[in-house]
Amino acid sequence: MPSYVILEKCDGCKGQDKTACMYICPQDLMVLDKEKMKGFNRAPEMCWECYNCVKICPQQAIDVRGYADFVPMGASVVPLRGSQDIMWTVKFRSGQVKRFKFPIRTTAEGMAVPAGGFETGTDDLASPVLRTEPTSTGQATLPTLQK
Amino acid sequence: MSIADTFETVVVNTDLLIVGGGMSACGATFEAAYWAAKNGLKVTVVDKAAMDRSGAVAMGLSAINQYIGYGKGKNSLEDYVKYVRQDLMGISREDLVYDIARHVDSTVHLFEKWGLPIWKDEKGEYVNEGRWQIMINGESYKVIVAEAAKNAMNEAGNKDWLYERVFIAEPLMDGGKCIGGVGFSVRENKFYVFLAKATIAAMGGAVHVFRPRSVGEGLGRAWYPPWNSGSTAYFTIKAGAEMTCQEVRFIPVRFKDGYGPVGAWFLLFKSRATNALGEEYMVTRAGELPKWAPYGMAKPIPANLRNWLGMEDIYAGKGPIYMQTAEAIANIAAKYKDDPKAFKKKMKELEAEAWEDFLDMTISQAILWAGMDIQPEEKPSEIAPAEPYFIGSHSGASGAWVCGAPDLMPAEYAKDWEKVGKYTNMTTVRGLFTCGDGSGASSHKFSSGSHAEGRVTGKSAINFIVAEKIAAPTLDAAAIAKYKEMMLAPMVLFEQFGPMSSDPDINPNFMKPKMFMFRLQKIMDEYVGGVGSQFTTNKQLLDRGLELLGLLKEDSAKLAASDLHELLRVWENTHRMWIAESHLRHVMFREESRWPGYYFRADFPDMDEANWKCFANSVYDAATNVWTMKKVPVVNIC
Repeated sequence: MPSYVILEKCDGCKGQDKTACMYICPQDLMVLDKEKMKGFNRAPEMCWECYNCVKICPQQAIDVRGYADFVPMGASVVPLRGSQDIMWTVKFRSGQVKRFKFPIRTTAEGMAVPAGGFETGTDDLASPVLRTEPTSTGQATLPTLQK
Repeated sequence: MSIADTFETVVVNTDLLIVGGGMSACGATFEAAYWAAKNGLKVTVVDKAAMDRSGAVAMGLSAINQYIGYGKGKNSLEDYVKYVRQDLMGISREDLVYDIARHVDSTVHLFEKWGLPIWKDEKGEYVNEGRWQIMINGESYKVIVAEAAKNAMNEAGNKDWLYERVFIAEPLMDGGKCIGGVGFSVRENKFYVFLAKATIAAMGGAVHVFRPRSVGEGLGRAWYPPWNSGSTAYFTIKAGAEMTCQEVRFIPVRFKDGYGPVGAWFLLFKSRATNALGEEYMVTRAGELPKWAPYGMAKPIPANLRNWLGMEDIYAGKGPIYMQTAEAIANIAAKYKDDPKAFKKKMKELEAEAWEDFLDMTISQAILWAGMDIQPEEKPSEIAPAEPYFIGSHSGASGAWVCGAPDLMPAEYAKDWEKVGKYTNMTTVRGLFTCGDGSGASSHKFSSGSHAEGRVTGKSAINFIVAEKIAAPTLDAAAIAKYKEMMLAPMVLFEQFGPMSSDPDINPNFMKPKMFMFRLQKIMDEYVGGVGSQFTTNKQLLDRGLELLGLLKEDSAKLAASDLHELLRVWENTHRMWIAESHLRHVMFREESRWPGYYFRADFPDMDEANWKCFANSVYDAATNVWTMKKVPVVNIC
């Protein structure tokens, strides 16, 4: 049903103003039921299965059950996202399990340096040369058409 | 007291307003931050979601599809221009394509510095999947790109610049100039007015305009994300900007239902696509290609023609269409037949690559394969054309007609900006810019090119503000009140009539956005050539479709919302309705079939180079409610 919340694990992000899943869902689907203090997906049929709620949940309280209108039952795909890589456990309908680990970034979280060490070659606002160019293009000058 | 009175009105004055949070908006933010700081200007970004995971790259990507490598002499920019010209059947704004291409390598090099893992070979060079595509470990692609944009804004000293979970639903106009946008928070009762000297509309393309193949729980499983609701097109159309290529929808052929990427299977595994009889339609139907000359005769064969040949097999009753995965793996095994150990190693490597292709960008496809116990070495897997989408990137082309760079734009196009000012990526409306999926006829920009185009646009918009000495716009209280009433009307309507019915969704006085969307999708599917109509239409169907759309448009005044989430859906679906009408009018105007495989005009079944090798452009005039269509000649730059 796309993403759903495992009630036993969800702690409503401990009564904070907003839950992690509400914060991240690109489709505005995740909501906190303030009486039960549990998150839920308010419109599973509008879910893209992007897994951003699953990845961000600090309690690992969100899972995805494949769209029931075309996915046979019994499979699961579970991520564990760290600061440098992501582990995936893929369970098949047959019970077979495959595991994969892929890197996700080469710098520390939050540390992307905007200019990336490249100098900007112009102060001219009207020039087509952008910040960090031309050095970041790999050429000494920005190409143009011979008019 | 009405519900509308509980909404606080927040007026934000800024210099540059960037609406959206995807790849192009992040590029615009990154670039504008730098140039704005140098000129003492303020930049404000408004995103309906959270910038870390908003836009089409929210889930991640497994490849960067546009990298030229011109610094190393791998390809030339002219090569890319010709590639796009060919893929779009001759119709593209080559100056825009060239401009994006000359900046895209810089953007990719920045991505790498920011922390995106790009695959390298033993010589330290990027690993190409195809001529223009490079492989990445892209689970956190969007997170990294958003982080760099945020860091750029913060290091430039900006404070309180980002408004997340605020939806901009309407452009603000003043005498033909764009002066910002209005919208509302989807978290608290706040109505927002953003007043800006320049505005960049970068809210992506459109999904769910046509009825998708899955309409149950899998409704949301479109190839492109369902949160792309046509808001950029709406913003530019309503502002009165000239639009181009609105008839060009994009239909990707992907693994059926999950819409997982096929690139790894075609390019890494060298897999073939065949019909149910094992016939390779690109071979058996090759005789069809000369009909679409010169594009059908050149390589690579345009995406729509590849679609078309597969569709012809489907219509001939030769489906399903399969990706021959087992055959491809057997071919690889044959190469290693004397070295089983090397084969095992190669297969393990390829298996991880194939699964990463899904897990980095279409996790649903991994669930689907696991649910169906698919072992690709044992049997083939179904592929199918998706429903139509509207994007300015990939092999789509719909969007606004924007100004090219001064050193690239042909004089034939430049005249369109004589009056409003020649600023790169400005629409024909003064003060309104767009990029990414919002700018038309500059296809194949993908994620990296959208970011690069966003950067171009960010700098250009700052240049516009400075060079034109744009004054701070104002809006009087009466006008603000009028916009507030318009934005919140759906909630007032629900408050007024909701209590009379046993069902919050069933009421003679209003309709809810979900059924409104289904009504739109039904019209588009059945009359404008959706998947249910085999992507085929004609003038009579279009006339009838327009009639039904007209009724829908009248009924849009009766859309009701019970909460902020539903109010968001009301406006998103209103935006979808407008891009739908624009699309229909363009399909009707272009009396030929130029992109079979995307749509087919049964009454004009041939391509007509003599009369239609041109752009179809349109302008909507809000004052008179009239759409004006025109032909614009294509200019080749190389």
